[in-house]
Amino acid sequence: MALTLQDVDRLAHLARLALDRPTAERMLGQLNAFFDIVEQMRAVDTTGVEPLAHPAEVFEPVRLRLRDDVVTEPNQREANQASAPAVEGGLYLVPRVIE
Amino acid sequence: MSTELHHMGVAELAAALEQRRVSSVEATQALLQRVRAHEALGAFLALNEEASLAQARAADERRARGEHTPLLGVPIAHKDVFVTRDWPTTAGSRMLAGYRSPFDATVVARLGHGADGHPGAGAVTLGKLNCDEFAMGSGNDNSAYGPARNPWDPTRVPGGSSGGSAAAMAARLVPAATGTDTGGSIRQPAAFCGVTGIKPTYGRCSRYGMVAYASSLDQAGPIARSAWDCALLLSAMAGPDPDRDSTSLDRPAEDYTRGLDEPLPGASAARPLQGLRIGLPVEFLGDGCSADVLAAVRSALAEFERLGATLVDVHLPRTQLAIPAYYIIAPAEASSNLSRYDGVRYGHRAAEYTDLLDMYRRSRSEGFGAEVQRRILIGTYVLSHGYYDAYYLKAQQIRRLIAQDFLQAFEQCDLIAGPVAPTVAWAIGDKADDPLAAYLADIYTLPASLAGLPGMSVPAGFGADGLPVGLQLIGPHLAEARLLHAAHQFQRATDWHTRAPAGDTLSRQA
Repeated sequence: MALTLQDVDRLAHLARLALDRPTAERMLGQLNAFFDIVEQMRAVDTTGVEPLAHPAEVFEPVRLRLRDDVVTEPNQREANQASAPAVEGGLYLVPRVIE
Repeated sequence: MSTELHHMGVAELAAALEQRRVSSVEATQALLQRVRAHEALGAFLALNEEASLAQARAADERRARGEHTPLLGVPIAHKDVFVTRDWPTTAGSRMLAGYRSPFDATVVARLGHGADGHPGAGAVTLGKLNCDEFAMGSGNDNSAYGPARNPWDPTRVPGGSSGGSAAAMAARLVPAATGTDTGGSIRQPAAFCGVTGIKPTYGRCSRYGMVAYASSLDQAGPIARSAWDCALLLSAMAGPDPDRDSTSLDRPAEDYTRGLDEPLPGASAARPLQGLRIGLPVEFLGDGCSADVLAAVRSALAEFERLGATLVDVHLPRTQLAIPAYYIIAPAEASSNLSRYDGVRYGHRAAEYTDLLDMYRRSRSEGFGAEVQRRILIGTYVLSHGYYDAYYLKAQQIRRLIAQDFLQAFEQCDLIAGPVAPTVAWAIGDKADDPLAAYLADIYTLPASLAGLPGMSVPAGFGADGLPVGLQLIGPHLAEARLLHAAHQFQRATDWHTRAPAGDTLSRQA
């Protein structure tokens, strides 16, 4: 079951990417070539196999670690906003979203 | 002094500094000059000479006050995925052009000035190193700032994604560098450039301040000229970071140089690895590996036998499946991690757009290169409704089976050995139009990455066209010390790791 150009457009939309037609066509070929080799996974019987999300699980129990719910970071707004594309008065500027 | 300074490794330079044969300021100046003379290699993305020299002066003053931290005054350089306060951090991407982090990554702080009550090792930052964009690639040709070149042959790739780190090491621009390894990004460039690198167990080093690619795989590690130097750096880099990286392991840092010179318990000085069982996965040593690489690997293994090790055949039957499993899991995590680049808080914003959605789409497609967009699309697809179980979950199940295969293999051996990559370094541009070919070349490094195991690349000789070959050593979880010991004993008996490219190759480029 190969992907179509429509699928690529849908994925690009979900991923917030703007692909022009030649790029989308090139990506389509490359994605389908990749998913050809993914097919070999189907032949593997994984019934009852627990998905492995955290590699440390293999050798020790992994507990979710929580730190105390207290403020630890100093205010660094200016340093953090120094790399922002558009700020004014300490606020990030974006195109109007509410009319 | 300065003429041979760049030939010193970390241990040697630290000793010269300690004995006041050279100051950190002199070493830093000499290396900065060498870096500038080798700009054509493309190894460095950013220098801040004032900041480097200020750190060097501070190190010299600390030494004058009688302080002795392990790397005090030794210049090192960081892969550009580690954020640094005094140098820009781009991760090799146009998206982050000019980005300035307000803080240093934990690994950077621990190697340098220290943080959070952790005493720093005192190293001086020489600059930031080129890499594939967001660490996605195996040739360093996915960098938005141009390729890094292999000092052994400047028409070849240095490997990737930590290509600048490995190239800088091979060209003797720095005594050591940091790298990151998600699917082989420390081991493969180290192999291609004839230097030594170690990817620790997943979670050994804090990921805080590493620009994220695939969070369940990303791991920091050193690239240096010898296993000893790697041990020196790793001792400073490793250790828990409980408040800043929820996946950092709760295991104290070790002094990885301890016992490196000693034979194994019960072994003799002549056969220091007596009793060590090295497993050879038959799947790593078959037709998929080119003959020149196999020949170098086999003669390195024969050296391990002379040192007393025993070679045993083992099986990693799902090696082939590591490719689809990795290239589903890593892009899935990448598509999520990279969703933060929206052109609002930091990063590239398109000059023209109609509305918010258009701003996101244009900013991201202008800011990300082709390989990054490809992986975002793959990740978006495998996480999307209706495909999650068939792809993402299935890949995670296969990931567990691959990890279990390693656990079984380690019942018969103490370490696993094989090639790092199926070939020596390829020509720049060779795999540019064929991303799948590049993915397939990751076959020997991906399995250990998926299992979270520590792995090393150790220079093991030369293959086709006189290009370096790396021997991969893989250890059980947390067995970095065992890996470094075996590699160090091998390097006491061989001199592959001391070979440097002929000077004329470099000056032709410079």
